[in-house]
Amino acid sequence: MIDTAVDILSWMLLFLGGAFVIIGGLGALRLPNFYTRLHAASLTETMATILIFAGMILQAGLSLAALKLAAIMLFLLLTAPTASYALANAALQSGMRPEARNRDETL
Amino acid sequence: MYVVVSLAILITMVLALVRALRGPTVYDRVLAVNMFGTKTVLLLSVIAFLFGRPDFLDLALAYALINLVGVLAVLEFIQTKPQKMDAADHD
Repeated sequence: MIDTAVDILSWMLLFLGGAFVIIGGLGALRLPNFYTRLHAASLTETMATILIFAGMILQAGLSLAALKLAAIMLFLLLTAPTASYALANAALQSGMRPEARNRDETL
Repeated sequence: MYVVVSLAILITMVLALVRALRGPTVYDRVLAVNMFGTKTVLLLSVIAFLFGRPDFLDLALAYALINLVGVLAVLEFIQTKPQKMDAADHD
């Protein structure tokens, strides 16, 4: 009973993570300029990482694999925003400005 | 189950490669390569469970380390000197 519940929960987490990965990939391909693409890519690097690794930790149970998965997840969650920040900072300092063309129309 | 997730990750890796080839600026390409590396870590972890070989988790951890260092090194290489900001840019 408990096993079935844990299986269903981890499958839902894995499916949601896969959906987030696909959405982020489509966004990184289709969105119009660099900063919006950065937003979409960093979505997959944090939310999908949390969901997929949480699902796999639930499948692994109490074992060494779960500890390794938690270590990889923690490391990715620390480094992916750092890389995104460094990328945005480098782009901003090279003179690429975020566009806000429709700002007056949406107010 | 893991097959679905690994297929989703593979599709996203293809999309990231397309963006890396098409990207108008060099930052788009670095973004796509960084995303590709993160997806590689995810894919290695999922494959460890798909084939029941926990050794792949060590490879995923090592690849995560290499990926961060690689992206920061490339950024350091292509980064230009900070420009003087105009007063108009501070609004």
